[in-house]
Amino acid sequence: MSVTILYFAWLRERIGLPRETVETGAATVAELVEELRGREERYALAFADLKAVRVALDQELSDFDAPLTGVREIAFFPPMTGG
Amino acid sequence: MAIRVQAEPFDYGAECNAFAAACGGAGAVVTFCGLVRDEDGRLSGMEIEHYPGMTERALAAIEAEARARWSLTEALILHRHGPMQPGEAIMMVATASRHRGEAFAAAEFLMDYLKSRAPFWKKEFGAGGEAWVAARDADEDQLKRW
Repeated sequence: MSVTILYFAWLRERIGLPRETVETGAATVAELVEELRGREERYALAFADLKAVRVALDQELSDFDAPLTGVREIAFFPPMTGG
Repeated sequence: MAIRVQAEPFDYGAECNAFAAACGGAGAVVTFCGLVRDEDGRLSGMEIEHYPGMTERALAAIEAEARARWSLTEALILHRHGPMQPGEAIMMVATASRHRGEAFAAAEFLMDYLKSRAPFWKKEFGAGGEAWVAARDADEDQLKRW
């Protein structure tokens, strides 16, 4: 399936792009992260410590165990610092 | 009820007066404003990134939760993104209720939740270069009191 991945803050900077569309067979967020880590060093570095990464599926906060079935937009970002 | 996400500066005083003038017969209004710090001159500015679309959804969900918990006649969350200077207003919340207790509690709840659950990220600029602001464990801990 084809999904849009968005990156924010230092994840965007480390990976070097704000969004991309990827073809993936990953069943869960964790599997997608493994695929991305295997692509290039910059992805491996960005996803080195998942405790420092949050994920949203179709603009709702989620977690790494969540299934990707039917998901169109996946966003990775650091813990939020608004206010 | 209003959610506003914008790059433009806002006039905190004017926003407070406009809110108080149209808050549905409330007897109490509580407002809070967050400002860019200068950390004793060490910071020259800040830039806030956000996730358009999710930001508005997250803020609307937080506001809806506040309205479910307290009896509010009106509420406002206004948050900026983009570059800003020390001393500038970053964001504000306003709540209105019949009596002050509910407005105070709801304003604190809105602040606690939007700090950790709305997709904004701050980057600070200063003499030492630029750095993303790290989330504070204390901010996450604040959510446990609700």
